[in-house]
Amino acid sequence: MKPTRSMKLLAVALAAGLYAHLPLAGADALVKVDGSSTVYPITEAVAEEFQKAKKGAVKVTVGISGSGGGFKKFCRGETDISDASRPILEKEMKACAEAGIKYVELPVAFDALTVVINPKNTWVKELKVEELKKMWEPGAQGKIMTWNQVNPAWPNAPLKLFGPGADSGTFDYFTDAINGKEKASRGDFTASEDDNVLVQGVSRDVNALGYFGMAYYAENKDKLKAAAIVNKGSSKAVLPSLETVMAGTYQPLARPIFIYVSEKAMQRAEVREFVEFYLKNAPKLVKEVGYVPLSQAHYSQALKNFTSKKLGTGFGGTPEVGVKVEDLLAREAKL
Amino acid sequence: MNTAPSVAEVRALIVKHKRWDLAFAVIGTLALMVGILTFVALFADMLIDGMPRLNYDFLTSFPSRRPEQAGILSAWVGSTLVMLVTAVAAVPLGVAAAIYLEEYAPKNWVTEIIEVNVTNLAGVPSIVYGLLALGLFVYQFGLGQSILAAGLTLALLILPVVIVATREAIRSIPSAIREGAYALGATRWQMVSQHILPYSIPGILTGVIIGMARAIGETAPVITIGALTFIAFLPPTPISGAFPFLSFEWLTAPFTVMPIQMFNWTSRPEAAFQANAAAAGLVLLVMTLSMNALAIYLRYKLRKNIQW
Repeated sequence: MKPTRSMKLLAVALAAGLYAHLPLAGADALVKVDGSSTVYPITEAVAEEFQKAKKGAVKVTVGISGSGGGFKKFCRGETDISDASRPILEKEMKACAEAGIKYVELPVAFDALTVVINPKNTWVKELKVEELKKMWEPGAQGKIMTWNQVNPAWPNAPLKLFGPGADSGTFDYFTDAINGKEKASRGDFTASEDDNVLVQGVSRDVNALGYFGMAYYAENKDKLKAAAIVNKGSSKAVLPSLETVMAGTYQPLARPIFIYVSEKAMQRAEVREFVEFYLKNAPKLVKEVGYVPLSQAHYSQALKNFTSKKLGTGFGGTPEVGVKVEDLLAREAKL
Repeated sequence: MNTAPSVAEVRALIVKHKRWDLAFAVIGTLALMVGILTFVALFADMLIDGMPRLNYDFLTSFPSRRPEQAGILSAWVGSTLVMLVTAVAAVPLGVAAAIYLEEYAPKNWVTEIIEVNVTNLAGVPSIVYGLLALGLFVYQFGLGQSILAAGLTLALLILPVVIVATREAIRSIPSAIREGAYALGATRWQMVSQHILPYSIPGILTGVIIGMARAIGETAPVITIGALTFIAFLPPTPISGAFPFLSFEWLTAPFTVMPIQMFNWTSRPEAAFQANAAAAGLVLLVMTLSMNALAIYLRYKLRKNIQW
């Protein structure tokens, strides 16, 4: 069939019409955010609402380069805000300092890791951090292969482990919190960068155990069971939930996640407005995307730190396990 | 001693060979079916998952945290514009290179090295092009994370495909055509521009579109040079109301492309986002298939006009 003149006209009109009634970019205010994929859903939600509230006068872009990739761009001055699922590291602080980039560190939510088992698993009532260590430490590789090797009360059934791959921030934090050293883990487990694959794996095998972010557990509660965790030196088993994470009792597997705002970018009104909007709307939006919000007092303190330009990080370049958000916000900050 | 085989023996032999023929046909068909059935199964699965989400709103909405409101507008516009840049950059370069190699280049070791390299370039993993482009286009040339940088990157990626396809097309033109043109006193350039080029256009188009169909599905190099994930606005329009009516501002705009949007959705916990990813996959597939269909149509149409 030969395209007729009227058909061509119709196509052009359709394309033009589609283009005309949509908001278009001009040379106007732009806020650039990049970084961690863990923080991404929160920043995406805030960006969406912020642009709606500003009726398109300010544009926000969000990329996913990972916490490390995000800091690289941030310290080159390419982005205004960096999403990070871990605090800035010493070498990144150095890179920023060399480029003259100063920043404010703002915790925006909790990310709680959930240890999950199959719903048909009847033997695990609670998991001690020591037991998790026995399963996951590098020395367990090829040795700890059955459940009763971890705890004699458990059955002689094969232990099938599922976890995120070594490039993930979740892997870094879990190994740090459980095995005491970042990236120290046994290697003979089923690893996937896609948490949905881990969900499938654990839901299909009675003998499976895995870990990933709480949002994935929350979406798959019918297929998985969360294990209650007993922290070192404690005797109380705590299940991951909004309340326990916010109260700080679900430890050591809950951590704050951050945004870093460049001081230079803070001179622009649209960046200030965006960050203020972020902290004010976080309680509602964070919950909506499956994460645990900080307490109202934390957000108010974070906002105060932001408006008073409290520059630097409270960590000094080394991530810590089990740090309290109020302590962190009150700490002396270092650039 | 040499005795001729009896008729019965020959018949038996023929029957045996025919059996092999049949066996091979079966194996061949099975091998073919593996590919086709996999594709059909994948396509059907995507159709079932994605079809309910595919509507006008899905094509005209920006990404959102609410799966039922999320759409692929910025993604398909981004993909289309990047493809436009890719075509504009890769076609003239690739065709010129192929014409040079076929019609002008002297047959010596330098040409041979170039030829080997062009063929090898087609096999280089796409992420390597991304890394090259990050250093060269994004930082060295200062193009930034823009549509222009992405388009040029993908142009590099498909350049070998375009060159090889163009050379094949040129080679299939009988040399009598060249000799005829020379006999009538044409210069080499006249021969190329008035005969070789018009006759090889169907082949060139096929190569270009197959290359583009590969480029539109590429994720790795585009992520490497810094395509975004969430972007809820479109690049500035290329046509403006005031003089000079054309604007090239869109070339420098930030963007995202379809495969990145899909990948982002598949990694989300909510099941509804998986449906969105399937729907976006369908759109991407339709874009690719329609490019291929266009290639076939153009080849058919243009070939009809060539009469030797």
